[in-house]
Amino acid sequence: MSGFVYPNEVEVLWRLFIVLYPYVTGLVAGAFIVSSFYHVFGDRDLKPLSRLSLVAALAFLFGAPLPLLAHLGQPLRALNIMITPHFTSAMAGFGYIYTFYMIVLLLEIWFMYRKDFVVWSTEKNGFAARFYGLLTLGAKDISQKALDIDHRVMKVLAGIGIPAACFLHGYVGFIFGSIKANAWWSSPLMPIIFLLSAIVSGVAMLVVVYAVSCKIRREPIKIYCLRALNRYLWVFLIFAASLELIEVLQLGYEGKAEWPAISGLITQHIGFSYIGIQMAMGVLIPFILLPIARIKRLSDSMVKWLTIFPSVLVLIGVLTMRYNVVVGGQLLSKSMAGYTNFGFSWFSNEGVIPALVLLVLPVGFLIILAKILPPWMRPEDELETEPVEEVSTGTTGYPTSAYVMEK
Amino acid sequence: MAKVFSRRDFVVTAGTLLAVGSVLPIGSLILPPEVSAEPVEPANSWPDKWNGKEWGFVVDTPKCIGCARCVKACKEENGVPMDKPVFRTWVERYMEDTNGQVEIESPNGGLDISSVEGSYTKEFFVPKLCNQCKKPACVQVCPVGATYRTGDGVVLVDRQRCIGCGYCVQACPYGARFIHPVLHVADKCTWCYHRLVKGMLPVCVEVCPTGVRKIGNIKDSASTVSKLIKQEPVRVLKPEMGTQPDVFYISLDEVVE
Repeated sequence: MSGFVYPNEVEVLWRLFIVLYPYVTGLVAGAFIVSSFYHVFGDRDLKPLSRLSLVAALAFLFGAPLPLLAHLGQPLRALNIMITPHFTSAMAGFGYIYTFYMIVLLLEIWFMYRKDFVVWSTEKNGFAARFYGLLTLGAKDISQKALDIDHRVMKVLAGIGIPAACFLHGYVGFIFGSIKANAWWSSPLMPIIFLLSAIVSGVAMLVVVYAVSCKIRREPIKIYCLRALNRYLWVFLIFAASLELIEVLQLGYEGKAEWPAISGLITQHIGFSYIGIQMAMGVLIPFILLPIARIKRLSDSMVKWLTIFPSVLVLIGVLTMRYNVVVGGQLLSKSMAGYTNFGFSWFSNEGVIPALVLLVLPVGFLIILAKILPPWMRPEDELETEPVEEVSTGTTGYPTSAYVMEK
Repeated sequence: MAKVFSRRDFVVTAGTLLAVGSVLPIGSLILPPEVSAEPVEPANSWPDKWNGKEWGFVVDTPKCIGCARCVKACKEENGVPMDKPVFRTWVERYMEDTNGQVEIESPNGGLDISSVEGSYTKEFFVPKLCNQCKKPACVQVCPVGATYRTGDGVVLVDRQRCIGCGYCVQACPYGARFIHPVLHVADKCTWCYHRLVKGMLPVCVEVCPTGVRKIGNIKDSASTVSKLIKQEPVRVLKPEMGTQPDVFYISLDEVVE
């Protein structure tokens, strides 16, 4: 503790669990938006991820409310935010936004897998057959006409999903940005910054999940897909980091009464995690490395590492950004005359170990979901995505414009 | 013989269902179980009690000697753990040296204030408590409406509704709120509302040996607090927050936030 801190602020109230919440929610929103690049905007380079991105979004969505629930003083009353909501509170929207998003995501996944459910319910035996039969919800028509309808509904759902994802995470930013009492949080840019960094972390997460899943399944990584992710990651990283920098520059340039306190916070009290990890490691290094992977004559393995490694850095950087916002904002006393300390603990008081468990849990959900809803491309799907060789460029088989159209 | 669902069976089944249903409504799993059955007399209803009344607090800052009796009495009166760093009211000490550097402290909420060595050009104490704002940020952000402002201007927390999310603690610009370490719900100064409604003074007002703390009806222009607010140089804390506090500090140094 340095300077003067109001006595009730000595202990940091929102700790690692609340750091995890915007992080995991961000991964959901980001993964979903990546899926929409294919489903809505038709970026076929991302077809290998069309299912994986949605299933990953669902897995992380299952995990998103857990740290919140574990943080509540009265977890048994958690549902009260939906039963007796107080609508002037941003937080009261959480249950509804979350549920709406869950419904959209489940519906989209159901329409995407419906044909497979029908096929699996006849191909497989015993429990599996009955299970998938149940998942069809009785809709077993897989005529071309029915599948076309599925496809159209899915597209509409994906379209609804984009604003839903933006709202889900923009709202998380609003939770912090609307707190006028906190000089480091209070900013109208906060929702946009959170949304953009969510997309960044979602793309990076998919890079890692895709790479690891290919490794486990001993399948080659599709370089054109990785390059597409690389492009998106780089562009959104620039947007996100620019806004974050503009915000701080503006605060510093205006130099209002709270600036000395904020400047002390970001240069000293969270100096290492803000400048060192969030900005240098999480933004600057990926910003330099990512475009190198797009050099055309680079070997495949270089492309892989120059995309995967920066993605890992981005994931760490965004997690640190959440820490710098959530915990950093509470280090600065509302007295504006001092800073409190944040002590990491291992187990008790939202310690590192339980936080890690909550962070890894969605990955566990993903592994289970991937068993139930295999998100991998089947050979016949791959055919549809293969680029037409005559217009493909260079040596990597990276396509530029033409593809075999889908049926 | 096939069993017939007789009228008797119907009565028994329906009765059982009714009994179980009334004992175990789903809501009881979520909603607070204790609902006061005490009838409120029409003449003595809350709106009647509140009518024409808004509590206001005046702190006669220069009179404070930093004894922190208020801090101790408050913790005892309101069941705030004595050994935890949480306070419904606390006392801050300001010391300005010859270079204009201001040192601020509130060791253990003021309970551990001790005499200091060194020469200061200016030294004073400031008692802090909930401002019972007219536009309370804490009420605005509560996701379940567990915190609310009474008709006579005191912000309270419903301990049976609070989910302990801590959003109100973050939203309060004055650091007046905390999560109760034992009850795990939000807690704050209530100006001893349980005493006010019985016609008693808040305990901090009562124990203050120098009469720093004054409370009264600011809607009544004849009350002591109304007169002080009108006659003395008063200001509220952080007016720029737009919360419109109802605690008025007499002759408060500008350094105090």
